[in-house]
Amino acid sequence: MAPVAPRSGDAIFASVERVNAELFTLTYGAIVRQLLTDLEEVDEVNKQLDQMGYNIGIRLIDEFLAKSNVSKCVDFKETTDIIAKVGFKMFLGVTASVTNWDADGTCCSIVLDDNPLVDFVELPDNCQGLYYCNILSGVIRGALEMVSMKTEVTWIRDVLRGDDVFELQVKLLKQVSEEYPYKDDE
Amino acid sequence: MVREVSESCLDSVVKEMVSCYCNVFYADKPDLAARRIEAIGYQLGFQLSERYTMERPPFNDNLEAIKFICKDFWSNLFKKQIDNLRTNHRGTFVLQDNKFRWLTRMSIDSSADNGSSVEDNSAPAAENKTSHAINMHLYFPCGILRGALSNLGIPCAVSADISNLPACAYL
Repeated sequence: MAPVAPRSGDAIFASVERVNAELFTLTYGAIVRQLLTDLEEVDEVNKQLDQMGYNIGIRLIDEFLAKSNVSKCVDFKETTDIIAKVGFKMFLGVTASVTNWDADGTCCSIVLDDNPLVDFVELPDNCQGLYYCNILSGVIRGALEMVSMKTEVTWIRDVLRGDDVFELQVKLLKQVSEEYPYKDDE
Repeated sequence: MVREVSESCLDSVVKEMVSCYCNVFYADKPDLAARRIEAIGYQLGFQLSERYTMERPPFNDNLEAIKFICKDFWSNLFKKQIDNLRTNHRGTFVLQDNKFRWLTRMSIDSSADNGSSVEDNSAPAAENKTSHAINMHLYFPCGILRGALSNLGIPCAVSADISNLPACAYL
């Protein structure tokens, strides 16, 4: 029997190597700051952060699958649930929730009350267009692509822009069914 | 309680930043990439040492400050202290970490953890590419050190030496 998928990432988070969140937060802050200096355009920085996140996501999914014992999710609903409850907890130490499902179950929101990335962060006036946490959406997009789900991830609400929570809209564009390019008995 | 995140978050972000600067922005200008990576480290080191020294009396001299870097600062970042501190008493200090955390998980064994200071002459051309990659990654901790020391009032230059494993010499 396949191991039962965990409903929360607490145990995994407790068992992985951890670092002080402040170190991570300030590192990320220094990177964003340098990107802003180098790329000048806020839109370019958004794009670059998303790309970096994507590159991280396609690798992080391996660690996630290896450590979380999650077996195959039956549908997109379960997948997003696992991301929110196990994924976020396991890596960032916070739990997110999933809401706002559309009727056909292909679009939902991941809501994050607490986000270690933005501790100490305030956006200056000239960076209002910046999606500071764009790396996160990239990570989710990258990770899901590695498990055959093409998604589009956009920010709906952002605490740095005056909202009360972070809300990420995850939209399933296409689910590529996993087909072996060969027959099993060959 | 101290807030924590998984170490792989930090590792991934740093790795991605280095590869982004080396392979995307300045693929053919390693000098510029190095300078940017160092600048990010500087910013981080500066802020961290500001935070870590908030509640302690100022240092009496450079040596005291550097000891602080070797012990408290280093272990806050890398969960271990600097293994060996040497100085020529003319402003050059050599900090040696025999098992530098950020290199232990890179898949190259040539630079595995040996602490001896024997000159390494056996680096053939094949290793150049690897050592180039490692060097790029080392600009980041070099920047961190420089930033941290600047914040403590010690202007300096920092460079890393991996002929054994990062002994960071700076003056």
